[in-house]
Parts: sequence; C-alpha cells; structure tokens
Amino acid sequence: MESNISFTLKVWRQAGPKEQGGFKEYPMKDIPTDTSFLEMLDILNEQLVEKGEEPIAFDHDCREGICGMCSLYINGHPHGPATGATTCQLYMRRFHDGETITVEPWRSAAFPIIKDLMVDRNAFDKIQQAGGYVSFNCGGAQDANAILIPKTAADEAMDSATCIGCGACVAACKNGSAMLFVSAKVSQFALLPQGRAEAARRVKAMVSKMDELGFGNCTNTGACAAECPKNIKLSNIARLNREFLCAKFKD
Amino acid sequence: MWLTNSSVGRKMVMGVTGLFLVLFVTFHVLMNAVAIFSAEGYNAICSFLGANWYAILGTLVLAAGFVIHIIYSFWLTLQNRRARGNDAYQVSKRPANVEWASQNMLVLGIIVVCFMIVHLVQFWAKMQLPELLGEHIEPGMYFIETTFSQVWVLPVYLIGFIALWFHMTHGFWSAFQSLGANNSIWLERLKATSNVWATIVCLLFAIEAIWFTFML
Ligand code: HEM
Ligand code: SF4
Ligand code: FES
Repeated sequence: MESNISFTLKVWRQAGPKEQGGFKEYPMKDIPTDTSFLEMLDILNEQLVEKGEEPIAFDHDCREGICGMCSLYINGHPHGPATGATTCQLYMRRFHDGETITVEPWRSAAFPIIKDLMVDRNAFDKIQQAGGYVSFNCGGAQDANAILIPKTAADEAMDSATCIGCGACVAACKNGSAMLFVSAKVSQFALLPQGRAEAARRVKAMVSKMDELGFGNCTNTGACAAECPKNIKLSNIARLNREFLCAKFKD
Repeated sequence: MWLTNSSVGRKMVMGVTGLFLVLFVTFHVLMNAVAIFSAEGYNAICSFLGANWYAILGTLVLAAGFVIHIIYSFWLTLQNRRARGNDAYQVSKRPANVEWASQNMLVLGIIVVCFMIVHLVQFWAKMQLPELLGEHIEPGMYFIETTFSQVWVLPVYLIGFIALWFHMTHGFWSAFQSLGANNSIWLERLKATSNVWATIVCLLFAIEAIWFTFML
C-alpha cells in the first residue's frame, strides 16, 4: 500500500576531494513510499536547485541493479538496509515516518571522495586491467557440447560473474579489503576451462595490483558477503587464496 | 618474498602460526588435566619438559610461532587501519552473521599476551629458566599450588581464557579460509568445529584453574 512519509535526511556534503566535509540535514515532506531512494534524492536535488543551492552529487546510472554505479552508505549499511539489492533497488517503504536517515559515501582509503557522496572507484578498474580477462582470442562460438563443463562449476562461475563491481564489499570492510570483489573476478574465470589456462598468472597479477593500490588484508569477518547486493559468497575468497597459494608454491 | 609482500601470503603466515598455536594450547590443556588426576604424573611431565634438548627445541619453535604471529598481527592490523582510512562512518551496523571476535582479533590477542606474561612469570620463569641456569627447582605441582593459592590469580586466568575463547572461535575457521581450504559446504562445518574446539579447550582450562584453586 502506498502511503506518504516525512523524515530527516542527514547527508554528507563535501565540496571537493581536499575540502573539509560535514553532515547537513534536510527535512523531507510527504514522500510516497513507492519512491525509490534515488528518486527521493532527485526530488531533494530539484528542491535544492530551485532554491539556488548546490545539488547533492551521487553516482548512479542504470537504476536497475546491473551497472554497479550507485553506492551510498545508508543507515549503517552499504546499499542501505535491504539485502541482496543495490541502492537503486531500494524503496522508501523500507523507512519509517519521522526517522532520520543518514547517508554517507563509501569510506575507504582506496576510494577517495570526489564530491559529496561520490567516490573514486578507479582502483577496481585497475585491478581488472591487471588480469581480469581472457587474453587470447576465443574465436567464434563453438557447439556448446564441445567443451563439457559440470553444471556445478558453471553455476558457481555464473554466480561469481554477477558481481557488478560496486565496491560495497570494500565499504563494509573494517580492513578496507577488496578480497570479495577480486575473488569473484578470479573465480568466474578459474572455474571455466577457457579461464583456467591463465588462472595462475591472473590471480598473481590481480592480487599484486590489489595490494599495490592499498587495499587491506582480509581477516575473514564476512561483512562483505553480508552486505554484497549480489550475494557473492565468502567461499570465493577461499578459492582466491587457494589459487594464489598454489600458484606461488608452483613457482 | 611473497610471504611478506602479498596480502594473501601474509595471511597464510598468520593462518599457519595460528593453527600451530591452537595445537599448542590443545596439548597444554591436556597436560594440565594430568595434574588433577595424578600429581606424580604431572611432576613427571614437568621434568620431561625441563632442560632437555627436545624441550628446549620445542620451546624455541613455540616462541618463534608466537613472535611471528604477534608481529604479523600488529603489522596486518596497522596496514588494515591505513587501508580503511581515518574517516569513520557516523552510523555503522555489524551485519548479523559477522562475529564480534572477527573484528577485534588484535584486542583479544593483546589480552591473551598480557595473560601470558603473567603466566610465564609465574611458571616458566620459575621452572625451565632456572633449570637452564643450572639451579635446583621444585617439582611442577609445587608451582600450581603456590600460584593458585593467591586470590587474584583465578580471575586473571579466567579473563585470559575468555579472551582466548573469542580469539579461537573466529581464528580457527578463519585460518582454514586463509589457507584456501574452505568452501560453501565446509564453511559452516568449520565454524561449528571452531566453536566446539574453542569451548572444549577454554572450558577445560577454566575447570583446571578452578580445581587448582579450590580442590588442592
Ligand atoms: C595461544 C594463543 C593464540 C592462538 C591459539 C591464536 C590463533 C589464531 C588463529 C588460528 C588465527 C587465524 C589466522 C587466520 O585468520 O588466518 C589468529 C588470528 C589473529 N591473531 Fe591469534 N592466536 C593466539 C595469540 C595471539 C596473540 C598473542 C595475538 C596478538 C597480540 C594475536 C593476534 C591475532 C590477530 C590480530 C589475528 C587476525 C589477523 C588476521 O586475520 O589478519 N593472536 N590467531
Ligand atoms: S563482490 Fe558484491 S559488493 Fe563487492 S563489488 Fe562485487 S557486487 Fe559489489
Ligand atoms: S545504478 Fe546501476 S546498479 Fe544501481
């Protein structure tokens, strides 16, 4: 049932990367609960523009949970209180009338703030460029039965490949570790024959890029998997460790 | 060297030394249990683990295990703090299935170290150390009796065991994860094993300390 709620938004405002930031409160009146969280921010931004104030900068693109662009740390959770959903898939019906909703950017040294709620997640692209691909030309698609892949492996590879690279895992981690993201990318290839060929090189390159960019050491707290909008599993991290250690012992 | 330069390598060192320490505390608690049933048996174990070459070698390996584990723990935690950055979240909630211990391993470890210093001063410094220096020492039971007759000892030991329990409930399965020996099925099994193992070890330690305080 649709109804309207009024609440206070407490938003992190920061004019630029080097600027001092701080929270600013905005009263929101009569927002329909069927509004998505980002639509609600659009409404606020329109009001701000009308008043001649600077609108709030936040990342978004597809608004259907597939691009990984939206972020936002809402009421203590990356992507807000819903599980298995991105910020763009979050609706105001999750919140209550009279509540104060705190909205913060991802906070991690490797994700510096660009402006307000927008952070620089280029580090993820750099890790991907270090080895998150298959480097040979696979040619045209062959008959699906030519390379047999066990259903369980195919499923797990597919599950790992659903990672959208949003960075919620890093935002959730008290160690600022990117292990869930990197392990998902390593796993999606390592589980399939086409990716297997370069598995050792890939895992070493991606881990060393991850370390170089200053992400933390994973202590297996599991906050990443609990907050991941795509439910990427913790077992991927064990697989990454296994792939990495085996590759190093073989050297 | 990838054991120092890479995060996964560093975690392997942490996991290997951690599991080694788990094995050590398990042996330790079993040896203490002998003191409940047989004073002579316990004295025999103590003299067996005195100033003999194998006991000295064991002590050195064990000390190395502790030192590496502790140095790495501070090092990793400092790196992690830096990776996380200085800006804390205003509101931050721990998801339901994230163990409290997993986020406080260093603090728990430091409590264990403090306990260990007290413990080493009370026992090792009066047993193996003087024996190495060629002095005559009392049999093992003597130190148990004199130590636990002081009232402050039991509470301090219990605090140490509680910290160790929290540390081990997370550490045990975490080590398997760090060593890559984990998957979606075994994750839950290893977590359960962690809890059971840590509980048996720490409960036995506690029962022994209580026994030595009140029953001797
Ligand atoms: C008998 C005592 C101890 C036992 C049985 C033990 C056991 C373990 C185990 C099994 C792990 C998991 C390793 C992994 O996740 O790969 C661990 C992690 C850890 N230990 Fe200990 N430990 C002991 C003492 C200490 C001490 C004295 C300290 C520090 C002062 C310490 C600090 C840590 C820290 C910070 C971690 C987490 C590090 C990480 O996962 O990156 N531990 N411990
Ligand atoms: S693992 Fe999950 S939280 Fe991390 S980047 Fe991928 S989708 Fe986002
Ligand atoms: S905007 Fe694309 S995933 Fe949210």
